[in-house]
Amino acid sequence: MGHSNDMMIRFPNKSANEGFARVAVAAFVAQLDVTVEELSDIKTAVSEAVTNAIVHGYENLKGYITVKCKICDCVVEISVSDSGHGIADIEKARQPLYTSRPEHERSGMGFTVMETFMDGIEITSALGVGTTVVMKKKVSAGQQD
Amino acid sequence: MRLEKKGEVLIVRLEGELDHHYASKIKDAIDGAVMVGDVRKIAFDFSRVGFMDSSGIGTIMGRYKLMQAVGGSVSAFGVSKRLDKLISMSGVKKIISIYKNEQDATRGVG
Repeated sequence: MGHSNDMMIRFPNKSANEGFARVAVAAFVAQLDVTVEELSDIKTAVSEAVTNAIVHGYENLKGYITVKCKICDCVVEISVSDSGHGIADIEKARQPLYTSRPEHERSGMGFTVMETFMDGIEITSALGVGTTVVMKKKVSAGQQD
Repeated sequence: MRLEKKGEVLIVRLEGELDHHYASKIKDAIDGAVMVGDVRKIAFDFSRVGFMDSSGIGTIMGRYKLMQAVGGSVSAFGVSKRLDKLISMSGVKKIISIYKNEQDATRGVG
């Protein structure tokens, strides 16, 4: 009990970093005694958020993405931030199958996957400033010995 | 990724982690093989995919649209329990058939 830890990583909006981000978060979260399924859910949610930041947040811009992860007892909180275009209509963006970029073959399932695989998600965004997605998940067990 | 043609079936053997980075690299190669090769069916082999996010769903949906345009279909096999969670929630099973093994996927009519 009372275990807490946190980390932060920052990287440019290159698609090769999608894999880096989810593996880094998974390696950090693995200090809790999480199940394989929980870890897989977290990796998938991080991958969705980071991909959104790359494809939609920055679109044709260059910029950096910051991923922060906090663990406190059995709760994992992950935030993914970009300083890109921002989202004009968050409710619309959250709708299943909605995509602003059909030409990029996005399925429109990103936020739906985050909502389904995590326990809570909050999106804050401002046009021309950027977007932050905060996701929380309660995992089954505490710290490993 | 490896592409194999068996009759009118194009088997797409995916490998590794199917995310946006990987998806953007493979879709042109798949579409190119469909265009040149008289393909009536795409069968995705997921047995070597360790991770997939919604980019994989987008890749399947994109190939479904392509095959619809040429009067063909899309199927998949080798889908693990982990991948099935995402595939089930996406609703993509309404448009493609998932088979237990390669024989059924290449033979099936779905």
